[in-house]
Amino acid sequence: MKTGAKILIEGLQREGVETIFGYPGGVVLPIYDELYNSSLRHILVRHEQAAAHAADGFARASGRVGVCLATSGPGACNLVTGIATAYMDSVPIVALTGQVPTSLLGNDAFQESDITGITLPVTKHNYLVKRTEDLGHVIREAFYISRTGRQGPVLIDLPKDVSTKEISYEFPENDEVNLRGYQPTYKGHSRQIDKAIEMIMEAERPLFYIGGGVIASNASEELVRLAEMLGIPVTTTLMGLGAIPCDHPLNLGMLGMHGTRFANYAVTESDLLISIGVRFDDRVTGKLDTFASQARIIHVDIDPAEIGKNKRVDVPIVGDSKSVLQDMLAKIQKKKTYQQWQSRIHSWKEKYPMKYPQDGMLRPQFVIEQLSELLDGEGVIVSEVGQNQMWTAQYFCFRHPRSWITSGGLGTMGYGFPAAMGAHFARPDQVVFDIAGDGSFQMNIQELGTVSHYQIPVKVAILNNRFLGMVRQWQELFYDRRYSYTELPPVDFVKIANAYGIDGIRVEDCGDVRSALKTAIETDGPFVLDFRVEREENVFPMVPAGAAINEMIGGYTE
Amino acid sequence: MKPHTLSVLVENKPGVLSRVTGLFSRRGFNIESLAVGTCEESGTSRITIVCIGDDAQIEQVIKQLNKLIDVIKVSDITENDRVERELALIKVNADPGSSRAEIMQIASIFRAHIIDVGTKTVVLSVAGDTEKIDALEKLLRQYGVKELVRTGRIAILRGAKTVKSSK
Repeated sequence: MKTGAKILIEGLQREGVETIFGYPGGVVLPIYDELYNSSLRHILVRHEQAAAHAADGFARASGRVGVCLATSGPGACNLVTGIATAYMDSVPIVALTGQVPTSLLGNDAFQESDITGITLPVTKHNYLVKRTEDLGHVIREAFYISRTGRQGPVLIDLPKDVSTKEISYEFPENDEVNLRGYQPTYKGHSRQIDKAIEMIMEAERPLFYIGGGVIASNASEELVRLAEMLGIPVTTTLMGLGAIPCDHPLNLGMLGMHGTRFANYAVTESDLLISIGVRFDDRVTGKLDTFASQARIIHVDIDPAEIGKNKRVDVPIVGDSKSVLQDMLAKIQKKKTYQQWQSRIHSWKEKYPMKYPQDGMLRPQFVIEQLSELLDGEGVIVSEVGQNQMWTAQYFCFRHPRSWITSGGLGTMGYGFPAAMGAHFARPDQVVFDIAGDGSFQMNIQELGTVSHYQIPVKVAILNNRFLGMVRQWQELFYDRRYSYTELPPVDFVKIANAYGIDGIRVEDCGDVRSALKTAIETDGPFVLDFRVEREENVFPMVPAGAAINEMIGGYTE
Repeated sequence: MKPHTLSVLVENKPGVLSRVTGLFSRRGFNIESLAVGTCEESGTSRITIVCIGDDAQIEQVIKQLNKLIDVIKVSDITENDRVERELALIKVNADPGSSRAEIMQIASIFRAHIIDVGTKTVVLSVAGDTEKIDALEKLLRQYGVKELVRTGRIAILRGAKTVKSSK
């Protein structure tokens, strides 16, 4: 005989889960009791939101499903932001929540919330398990749905009596999932791929526009091979950074609102946009009807609903990026170089490099550049959201997929620190940095408790400008410098770290940046760096909201 | 912008209707009518949705519906040769006397049935396409429609063709 809780733990282990992030509470007591004797590692976070972000960070860094666990009511509700973050960026996580006993469902019982109802719009699918007998299969199905097709979060809600009930249950040897309403397409349509290749051969100014889908399907190698074979330049979205090494001659860096000028100019002048694993998000396209207006568009995506959602597409290909790129590699015979196009792009690169003032002031971009040099493409870099995120995207040189972890779609402040904890468990061999702002770090600062407790060696680099920097930047540029509620009082982050038993350094001088970063890297446990940076530094270049992406402001000095 | 009739085959699982309707409201799609019930296959239900939108919007609706795990198949049968019906129950003021006789006459022209007779009202049951029910309602308004209940449209393809789970 097994309790539901036991079936749950066994089910997780059968899915290959080793680490889960959670927070106990009333109705999950039976599950925690089972965890007590289990070989599953449970990391006790200090707030459930952090458990969801940590599971997400684990998933992005490893490519495997991350798992978080919370109690009913407030515990479950605290997961919601983390689940929504994973949903917007298509990250495979399974969230487990306790629920009041089935007899009390719908009764406004203590700590009851309709979490399947609440998370309906932010999960790929969710379950309210009403019978212990169903639990084993639900776990299998949930993991299957989460990691296949367009990946995403799945929630399983477990009433207390489902966890406590004892039944005789053996997991079936071959418990295959067969859902008639869910059969994702991996292989691209052969004739559509032929058409795409034909278009590439006809094009004069082709450009790869690459997103998180390429990272998710582990297709970076294929992408780089195809780009090199054809000599086609590559621009990536925020989520696609790392798909091609930053210093690759064909790489144009990020496009969009805070993209490089050369990437945005290339999109605007391109006559063929080969879009893979992207969704034409408004932060990428700016004004839609001027985006790549001279280009025909090929769009490869595993989610058919993304194709043609925002922009009319000439060649739609539904399929997994990796599979489609492999097919293209196998089919392309003729090699082509786009000499004229490449030299045009080269001249933009020369003329409009990414630059910031070199005046000895402690500028945030400098901190990122120094870290980038020190790590030399290694490590896992996680960011918070806002200016810190954009500067990291612009100035850190990413060389590997899954080395860059950030909340793109939802833009969740407070994401980075707990996600960095999760990333460590996925890649314990790598140094993990959380690039933070003083605003976003304070949104999940309580996790200093967790990293201290387990000695999780996450290094936090706070670009401390005592502002909610990105909002302040918009107020400066578009609201007449009226800094409405964006200034933060000074905080001594080193002291706070010390209170948790964590070492830290405050850095106020440009000359001390490198040695401070080195100290953090060389320290075994967690570390906090408080960089007192230029307060009113802006993220440039920038496309104002609603403008065309070639209408950029700032970031270019003769 | 024209009305589209979607026939949606779904797993008969708890919450499936709220998944479908939630999607419409969340993505700003308008539902004109919706009818749901079990169908020929056990464990499945069929939802008939009439929604208004341009081609791009309807394409998005269909793609988004298809993404729901519990949705087995979505068919836009707007362009197909099909039969559509809706059932309405209408409670009309009908004092014994001349108006009651007139109402009965109108009912027989529309092949509606009088299914309840009270001292001051009668209840009509009518099945047909939307236009027919609209027309009947318009005619009955002069007597005073006290209550009107409509099922929403259901539709089926003519001939041997079916909307089945092949997805």
